[in-house]
Amino acid sequence: MGILDFLKNKPKPSASIAKERLRIIVAQERSTRGGPDYLPMMRNELLEVIKKYICVDIEDININVEHTSGHEVLELSVALPESKTTPTTAI
Amino acid sequence: MTAEIIVVTSGKGGVGKTTTSASLATGLAMEGKKVVVIDFDVGLRNLDLIMGCERRVVYDFVNVVQGEASLKQALIKDKRHENLYVLAASQTRDKEALTQEGVERIINELGEEGFDYIICDSPAGIEKGAHLAMYFADHAVVVVNPEVSSVRDSDRIIGLLSSKTRRAEHGKETITLYLLLTRYNPARVEAGEMLSVKDVEEILGMSVIGVIPESQNVLAASNSGVPVILDTASCAGKAYHDAVARILGEDRPLRFLDTPKKSLLQRMFGG
Ligand SMILES: Nc1ncnc2c1ncn2[C@@H]1O[C@H](COP(=O)(O)OP(=O)(O)O)[C@@H](O)[C@H]1O
Ligand SMILES: [Mg+2]
Repeated sequence: MGILDFLKNKPKPSASIAKERLRIIVAQERSTRGGPDYLPMMRNELLEVIKKYICVDIEDININVEHTSGHEVLELSVALPESKTTPTTAI
Repeated sequence: MTAEIIVVTSGKGGVGKTTTSASLATGLAMEGKKVVVIDFDVGLRNLDLIMGCERRVVYDFVNVVQGEASLKQALIKDKRHENLYVLAASQTRDKEALTQEGVERIINELGEEGFDYIICDSPAGIEKGAHLAMYFADHAVVVVNPEVSSVRDSDRIIGLLSSKTRRAEHGKETITLYLLLTRYNPARVEAGEMLSVKDVEEILGMSVIGVIPESQNVLAASNSGVPVILDTASCAGKAYHDAVARILGEDRPLRFLDTPKKSLLQRMFGG
């Protein structure tokens, strides 16, 4: 880095953000590619159900179709929000 | 005699497919191969301009598919390499004018004519034209730019190439995939503003066959109707030469991945 770089206002490197976003979206699209057509619909409906109990966003739900030796496994993961006591419907 | 069919595809438009098709075809012809490059972008003919033969188009690909002209009438002989030919796209017809049977018939005829390579310049998207361009391919050059939408689209295309081609449908050995990273700007990569070769390779899970730097010579080449591979003084031209050599099986290290070294003075003042 040059001496003057400390004085200049450099833009934040965005390539790492791009890489992280791509890693996630590409993995997601690959995992459902060639899988059953109902997956996106099912994901949305599951989201509706999960939302009744926990406050999550569609981004926090991951559906994966794993092809392991001869059989397929449908894997669903939900990233729970930080504080576990944020029920939206249990009032 | 069957020709090797190479599709140049990407999903996203404007990433450098036509630029690459022209240079790849020319590069293979320079190696002594008999090559034809076909423009599949019906309605948006462009390859003829990049190859510098736009004023010699009389009949086009669609004319031949529809039986309105013979293959011999439509093949345009390159003025620089006598073993290189161009088959232009139609400017007036719509995409529906191409049929799978028609394309297959022409590809077979080209094989009988003794062509070694058929290069198919795909249109953007994943619709009919792009599908027909890739359907008969033995090899695919997937052109990608270091940019989010291009990377995502190429992953999608790679998926289609391994499932929606003749080879895949007939259970033959799968198509060979070559990933070509173009419009690469080492300075921006170093500044953390652009995905690096490694980033793209990691995301797509495959290594590149070449890296073409972003270069002003590409515009100059297209302005004059000379494929940039013939600009042997330019980095882009050299990088295309390397890529063609690697496709032909030669082992060459990647070049032009770093910014030119700065002088001490420039470094001190961050120039
Ligand atoms: N390596 C490069 N450096 C600079 N400009 C480029 C490079 N490759 C392609 N271009 C430019 O990008 C634009 C789109 O290229 P083109 O080959 O027509 O893309 P596509 O066929 O994928 O739509 C053109 O203006 C071309 O000159
Ligand atoms: Mg094009």
